[in-house]
Amino acid sequence: MIQQGPTPVSILREGSNLVVSIHTALDDTQMERFRHDLVAAIGQHRARGVIIDVAALDVLDSFGSRTLRDIGEMARLRGARTVIVGIQPDVAFAMVRLGMSMGALPSALDLEEGLAFLAQAGSPTQGGSSG
Amino acid sequence: MTQFQTTTDGQREGSVESGYSDDGLLPELVAHLRENRTRLRDQWAHRVTEASLLEAMTPQEMAAETTLVYDNYVEVLETGSVEALQHYARDLSERIIPRGVETHEVVGIVLLLRDVLARSLFEKYSHDPELLNRVLDAYEPAANRIANTVAVSFVEERERVIREQQDALRELSTPVLPVRERLLILPIIGVLDSERARQLTEQLLLGIRRHRARVVVIDVTGVPGVDETVANHLVQTVDASRLMGASVIITGLSPTIAQTLVTIGVDLGKMNTIGDLQGGLEEAERLLEYGVAQQGGAST
Repeated sequence: MIQQGPTPVSILREGSNLVVSIHTALDDTQMERFRHDLVAAIGQHRARGVIIDVAALDVLDSFGSRTLRDIGEMARLRGARTVIVGIQPDVAFAMVRLGMSMGALPSALDLEEGLAFLAQAGSPTQGGSSG
Repeated sequence: MTQFQTTTDGQREGSVESGYSDDGLLPELVAHLRENRTRLRDQWAHRVTEASLLEAMTPQEMAAETTLVYDNYVEVLETGSVEALQHYARDLSERIIPRGVETHEVVGIVLLLRDVLARSLFEKYSHDPELLNRVLDAYEPAANRIANTVAVSFVEERERVIREQQDALRELSTPVLPVRERLLILPIIGVLDSERARQLTEQLLLGIRRHRARVVVIDVTGVPGVDETVANHLVQTVDASRLMGASVIITGLSPTIAQTLVTIGVDLGKMNTIGDLQGGLEEAERLLEYGVAQQGGAST
């Protein structure tokens, strides 16, 4: 999974979800391209959920967090829920200190929790009775 | 300054300007103080009691300590070395600091001893003013140095104790307690300043990762007051926890604090607050069970 690809991001399909891993810090151009690729991939794979794993990042700047927020919103418009996983303690703390936020974008501890979150919240009708 | 160090061998730093040799003065003085040890000590102890100093100590302890202080005092006069005294003063401070003895008391008793001894010198040498002068010349710098040493030792010791307590407090003050799987409790007790808030958040975030927590209950019952800064710290802690995927429930906001927060206009709208810890735990259980049930139902 950690192959040297053209972009340092891998997008994998897992059931009806996309699992996206960001392996290294992205510059702004790479970030834009990643956003573009992902929004396209959601349609291609008819994904219902997106998990973005940022565990490898030891810093998340304002552009990065804004892009993630935008991706969450765009994915929602394309019919998929997004959850960010693997934010490190240091990163989380730095983000709140600098007043950055993910807005309404939900987070989970790691991949496993992220999958659980999507499984729980993924049903289109507000996680209610019958799926 | 070490005028009194005219002890024995060679190392006399005497600034003795008069034609007399003062070599014999300090030994003579020391001998005098030793001879009248009981009387002078009692006199001193009496004055200490009169001045209502060291009231935290029992009479027995007073007697023991005053004897020790007296002997150390005389010894410094004799040897000119304050090292032993320093050691003793630290030791004494260590024993009396926990009992609430104040700096002014310690300085007070040493100054009283100085006065008592000076008074006795006046008496003894009143027949010969010139000799008295020279005796006092030798005695005073030594006495002042002793007072200085004791005071400094005491303050240093107290600062050390305070530092130690601060460290201990810092370690104790951020317990992150796992209650059951996926549930952490963070009871905050005492004043929350920026430094502590930082530590607390750090500990909490590490705790969330270590215990894979989904819900955190922060109990602020033990926080005496909340101002804007503290409230903002709490908001930051909650946001950071959320970024790690854990929901936060705040409990124990007292009526006063609730009113303060609303009055100063801190936005706690995003926060999940419950009246007391018990309610918070119930809510946490509910969140966890809800999560598990949903998860189980959806994954089939």
